[in-house]
Amino acid sequence: MARDLGLPGIDSQLAGFVRALRAAGAEASVAEAIDAARAVQLVGYADRETLKSSLSVALAKSEEEKAICDEVFELYFRVPERGQDAEQKAEGQGQGGDTPPAPRTGDDEVDALLDMAEQQAAGDPGAMAAAMQRAGQKAGVDDIRFQSQTAYLTRQLLEAMGIRKLEQQQQQLEAGAEGEEGAQGSAGSALRQTLAAARARLQRQARAHVEQRFALFGKPATEAFMAEVAVQRPLGRMSPADMDRMKTAVARMAKRLAQRHSHRRRITLRGQLDLRRTIRANAGHDGVPVTLHFKHKRVDKPRIVAVCDVSGSVAAHVRFLLLFLYALQGTVADLRAFAFSNRLRDVGPPLETLPFDDAMNLILKEVGGGSTDYGQAWQDLYDQHWQLIDGRTTVLVLGDGRSNMTNPRLDLFGELAARAKRVVWLSPEGEGRWGTGDSALLQYRPFCTHLGHAATAADLERAIDEALSAYG
Amino acid sequence: MPADPSTPPGLASIDAVTATLASVGYIATRPIATAVYLAHHLRKPVLIEGPAGVGKTDLAVSIAKSLQHALIRLQCYEGLDDSRALYEWKYGKQLLYTQILKEKIGHLIGDSDTLEGAFGKLAGFQDLFFSREFLQPRPLLQAMEQQGGSVLLIDEIDKSEESFEALLLEVLADYQVTIPEIGTISAQVPPLVILTSNNTRELGDALKRRCLHLHIGYPDAVLEQKVLRARVPGLPEALLAQLVAFIQLLRVQNIRKPPSMAESVDWARTLLLLHADALDEALVRDTLNVLLKRETDIQEVQGTLGQLTQAAVQAAAVPAARTPA
Repeated sequence: MARDLGLPGIDSQLAGFVRALRAAGAEASVAEAIDAARAVQLVGYADRETLKSSLSVALAKSEEEKAICDEVFELYFRVPERGQDAEQKAEGQGQGGDTPPAPRTGDDEVDALLDMAEQQAAGDPGAMAAAMQRAGQKAGVDDIRFQSQTAYLTRQLLEAMGIRKLEQQQQQLEAGAEGEEGAQGSAGSALRQTLAAARARLQRQARAHVEQRFALFGKPATEAFMAEVAVQRPLGRMSPADMDRMKTAVARMAKRLAQRHSHRRRITLRGQLDLRRTIRANAGHDGVPVTLHFKHKRVDKPRIVAVCDVSGSVAAHVRFLLLFLYALQGTVADLRAFAFSNRLRDVGPPLETLPFDDAMNLILKEVGGGSTDYGQAWQDLYDQHWQLIDGRTTVLVLGDGRSNMTNPRLDLFGELAARAKRVVWLSPEGEGRWGTGDSALLQYRPFCTHLGHAATAADLERAIDEALSAYG
Repeated sequence: MPADPSTPPGLASIDAVTATLASVGYIATRPIATAVYLAHHLRKPVLIEGPAGVGKTDLAVSIAKSLQHALIRLQCYEGLDDSRALYEWKYGKQLLYTQILKEKIGHLIGDSDTLEGAFGKLAGFQDLFFSREFLQPRPLLQAMEQQGGSVLLIDEIDKSEESFEALLLEVLADYQVTIPEIGTISAQVPPLVILTSNNTRELGDALKRRCLHLHIGYPDAVLEQKVLRARVPGLPEALLAQLVAFIQLLRVQNIRKPPSMAESVDWARTLLLLHADALDEALVRDTLNVLLKRETDIQEVQGTLGQLTQAAVQAAAVPAARTPA
């Protein structure tokens, strides 16, 4: 149990926890931290489970944050390790009666350290944990960022605790022992052993403390930094590790977009009376207009038709675009997604029923691989799904426009552009390569509301943000 | 523990909360009891999220019942506005009174010769018509006015519009309602406020920050047995274990709407009525529509029903130690 760690200043303990929580990606505001402090004042640190649920109730405001909160709690309020030989010692005491008092150096500071180490060995880690906490703050252990700092910070922590004096004593004794063998007798060697044991114990605990702080503050910060880098990295050149990181990053970006675009479905046109509804509402008041109804402008829910080229060069981009769009599906936009290399296929059903990765692999297997034919894709869209395109639709095309010299069907694409609200074309290729070789991108360009280069996840976010901003 | 004279004994400690709720048949887990306890002592509303039918609304009802407080319920829906949530002027009564008092008013005004004089007199009466007499309190105002403490349940807040959340902020933060014609009405005894949400939309940060947040998920086997024992007394222990094992298995199947606590209680009652004392495939097949409410879900498990039942019966038979009798 974390029963009474004996730490002075409850609030530095809690403040550290809130900081760790933020480092792990949960948003805990100052107001929430104050709530947590008041909650802790009420329930105290005595009962671990109660403390855990209190902090979770006050600080975490969604299911994901609850998971983060519980995880950080386990790390932060970790049960201090009992000394390994505590049980042996207890047994020894049971058999042999009182152990003789441990030898002391006579130096107060060093003796304090020895006391702590012995208490910890005997199963009472409170004093050492408290001292370590204080020394850790002095040595800046909480600022740890990289694992490679562990050794350095461990040493800093030990020095802050005053281990240097202990080491000096140790060296003096060693030197003395070499000089006059046996003269000091058993008292000297017992002291030497005590010092060595205490030093080893301190070192072990200090290292454990620094490692725990790295898990709390360093690792999440490093992860967040890597994710930030991954967002700016070209999508075509992602390592598998980046892919995983991207999934959480994209989810976060999508949530941000959803928050920005989810509200304001109705805008009141102030001053324009809705006569019909006002009369209806006041019929019960003998026609006296008591409650007034004003006209509203209904804001269209964005409707997005995504048409994605899944030929080899664009596949990675399509994966992220769909990941993005499906995170927004329902809450923000009505979405229909199609993929093609030559024939167009509705990829909504697999994406809605299967886990995302499985769905994506299935789509790439079934649709990808053919020789790219944009003209045929427009033809299929025209034949089968033309009713989806109307004045409220944004058509989002993701592709490089390399159509293997087939007819680009500009006539159909022009008609599509005229019918839809907006046509946004995102190309994974840089502007310099548009129109080179078999790329028909420059021919499509006049019909597009926007044609842009989308190399990174950040670009995709911006493009979707712009598309959604066109509504309301 | 702070000595607050207004604290009912049922909220004095976390264990007291658990015990009080148990007395009305609500089995509260540690997080639930903690949240209720903190809500009272920190004077903060609790926002409860979780799937439908796990006992979110029931918690509010049980608290009110066990503390013998009034339960005031505000069911949210799209288009809910302040005249349905806060207060409304009794227009009809106002009109009726003016009609009845017409002559009296004519008489009063009659003795002033000028228009200004009459107007001045009339202005004096206006306040009469916009007084407490003509105020129709709606749930939020009602909760503020309760003298003996109350539980205010704002149900399915996610169904309302975002603008309604803004309306709630004053009520939830300061426990007061401002009426322009009358002034600010503060709560005598702050009500215990419980908001529930099925998460059909993301709630605003401003609202979330003002609330304590509690998530209630599907119960585990031990908890589910406890709840069923409290809710459906007289159910044979052997059947109870099988039933819970079956429902736990069913929840991890690939179905759209897994059965929640409400459905397991219904099913337990059904089986009790049928005098069943053990699960078998035919029985499950006949009563499956109590558990699963979607045709597609029923079809999904139809084929494996025999295996599921068998697995549940076996699971219930082996770990007898799991259920603390």
